[in-house]
Amino acid sequence: MKYLHLIWAALFRRKTRTILTLVSIIAAFLLFGLLDAVRTGFDDAGKSANGAQRLQTGSKLSFIQTLPQSLEARIAQVPGVKMVTYANWFGGAYQDPHNQVFSFAVEPNYIDLYPEIEVSAAERKAFDDTRTGVLVGEKLAERFHWKVGDKIPLQSTIFPNREGSKNWTFDVVGIMHSKDKKAGGWYDQMFLLHWKYFDETTPYNRGQVGWYVTRVADVNQADRVAKAIDAISANSDHETRTQTEEAATASWMKQLADVGLIVTSIMGAVFFTLLLLSGNTMMQAVRERTSELAVLKTIGFSSRSVMSMVLAESVLLLLLGGVLGLAIAMLVIEGLQSAMGGAIPMAPVDASIWTHGLLLMVAIGLLVGLLPAMRAMRLNIVDALAGR
Amino acid sequence: MVTFLLLVLLVAVLAVWVVLPWYGVVALAVLFAGWMLFTRRGRQAASVAGVGISTLGQRLGSSAVIVIGIAGVVGVLVALLAMGEGYGETLRKTGSADTAIVMRGASASEVMSLLGRDSVVLIPQAVGIAKDAKGQPIASPELVVAANLPIKSGSADDEGSVQLRGIGEQAWAVRPNVKIVTGRTFRPGMRELIVGQGAAKQFAGLEPGHEVRLGSQSWTVVGVFAAGDAMDSEVWGDADVVADTYRRGSSRASVTVKLVDPGAFAAFKTALETNPQLKVDVSTTLDYYSKQSEGMTKVIRAIGITVGMIMAIGAMFGALNTMFAAVAARAREIATLRAIGFRGLPVVVAVMLETMLLALLGGVIGGLFAWLVFNGYSASTLAGGSVGKLSFELAVTPALLWTGLKWALAIGFIGGLFPAVRAARLPVTTALREL
Repeated sequence: MKYLHLIWAALFRRKTRTILTLVSIIAAFLLFGLLDAVRTGFDDAGKSANGAQRLQTGSKLSFIQTLPQSLEARIAQVPGVKMVTYANWFGGAYQDPHNQVFSFAVEPNYIDLYPEIEVSAAERKAFDDTRTGVLVGEKLAERFHWKVGDKIPLQSTIFPNREGSKNWTFDVVGIMHSKDKKAGGWYDQMFLLHWKYFDETTPYNRGQVGWYVTRVADVNQADRVAKAIDAISANSDHETRTQTEEAATASWMKQLADVGLIVTSIMGAVFFTLLLLSGNTMMQAVRERTSELAVLKTIGFSSRSVMSMVLAESVLLLLLGGVLGLAIAMLVIEGLQSAMGGAIPMAPVDASIWTHGLLLMVAIGLLVGLLPAMRAMRLNIVDALAGR
Repeated sequence: MVTFLLLVLLVAVLAVWVVLPWYGVVALAVLFAGWMLFTRRGRQAASVAGVGISTLGQRLGSSAVIVIGIAGVVGVLVALLAMGEGYGETLRKTGSADTAIVMRGASASEVMSLLGRDSVVLIPQAVGIAKDAKGQPIASPELVVAANLPIKSGSADDEGSVQLRGIGEQAWAVRPNVKIVTGRTFRPGMRELIVGQGAAKQFAGLEPGHEVRLGSQSWTVVGVFAAGDAMDSEVWGDADVVADTYRRGSSRASVTVKLVDPGAFAAFKTALETNPQLKVDVSTTLDYYSKQSEGMTKVIRAIGITVGMIMAIGAMFGALNTMFAAVAARAREIATLRAIGFRGLPVVVAVMLETMLLALLGGVIGGLFAWLVFNGYSASTLAGGSVGKLSFELAVTPALLWTGLKWALAIGFIGGLFPAVRAARLPVTTALREL
């Protein structure tokens, strides 16, 4: 530590070179932060303590197939089931069909199964009392500038109303806030309308339900409960498939894209280049300081401490750039999330990404410092001072 | 001041560069070669560049930074763009200008559409539809649903979604490109399926002779078909049997018709949309499938360009670094040249030429790598109007390779410009006295 100022001085001996190299390292770790956020976003989707307690029951045939509403009462009787609710995909879009909104037609108790969604008691009551009322996620409301009391038109890309028009009108009665900001991207983008209003208004639904969500009393019983729920409709024309929320989301994400492979390939290319680039910088730095290093050795620095100083220099270089890059990634992700409205799942840059990042910085720093450090250690004082 | 002017020049050059077509670039290259061969300044530049290039071997490590850095950018960029290209191409190919698709009004895709029995009967009576040998209009009412099937190379419980299309006889007439490659087609009224070759690769058990379970029923796979487009990712069965399984009664999702010719579309569309008994949207299949791919292609493109940009910034600064070092190492030599009468321009040109040659080499390596590894690589996604996994192949097209090379040269240009100008502007006396 006491040599920090010496290492620092060595690092900024050639300002241009160090700054140019730093920008490259910043770019690499910015990319690392962004891509790792997307990867974690995909991996962690649906993983939470609350999620583990919830089961999703859909048609075994396919996710687009609906189930009879009468199933609700029968699922509620399965031992181990604490609460059950249902929802339909509404397929809403605002103003332009490209502005897709995650909209579900739900039973009022839907929110009770999602303790991670926060709605004030007054707004909750307003929702229960208003037939055309909707609850809107915080970020979604921000994106389209909606506020409580607004009457908003929403198109459904699937369901026309009784007049055959795709334009529906809703009253915003409340805003949903997600408690856990890490997994919150999703709930902040949601749009919940009444299933009853939906079912009565569109001639195409007729008492059908898209999927059921069940909260189990004991997480360890989840498997048994899932099997029991599926057993209710075994051999009927509406067989069901029940999965934990986590399993359902994971399989969905996997079908969407093999993000892990894409991210790994890109990062491979990036870090290989980075190795070469910062390695080259360190080589140059040590080569041009040969005589200085020799002086250090002459005044009593051991070979080992000269080596560690060079290693420390390269690790410091990587850490400086890497930490800056990840910090920028943090800012960018925050901006992107509100701009894109959750189109791509992205986890905020959290402790695990920082740990990964810091480990990578130190590892790359050591790796690229190794060769120049060995060179510095083996330096023969007489030859170096003579400029041979 | 000079830096500011350089930045303005840089932006201008890049703006022109982005829109410059390939023949523009060739013309530029020819002009440049002519200048180098036939003018005094040009020959000076060529000889200075010659010295620089011949000493590249001594700076192998730092020159490799430019080449590998740019190869990385181009490789990743081309691969990501190839993904968007392959996806878009697969969907675009699926449609044609002389077939039209009719769906219920306000439906974003086939699977969201629902046409009643009366609509299905009325639609084929409209004008503009081609007739077959028996004088029947070539119109295919189809039902589109999704089915959960076990994924190949997944655990037993790992199910994916495949698009299942219930068809009749006329489906073959509106899609002449679809051919059975193994086995036979399904028999009407039977629980038999034929599977697209893409779907057969994605899902377990989709081989002729095997049975698969759809919900509580057992269906037999009897054949494999090849279409060369998005249909390859689908599974087909008899429309009536599929409707029965999915409780759809006599309703259908869409009617696809063969038009007399592409010109007949306007009349066909008007006829249906003005019919008060119908509430439908009509589009050519070309239009329909292009629209389906639009959003996803844009997203992939945006991701590719963002990632490429960030990597390009990294590579650019790497190139700047290398070239500043190269120029510094040759400061004396350059100063000597200028002392004996060489002007600034040949020096600038020589340094930039060297950088851009290295960049070009990097671009070629990156492009070649992307082409060798990723061309034809199959990927799949669940997106864009389909409710099944859509498999497609990455397409590394010449146009994409060209884009990659343009990026490489742009990075080389920026990476070389500032060091070159510094080399040319360094006072001769200072440079000579150095060391």
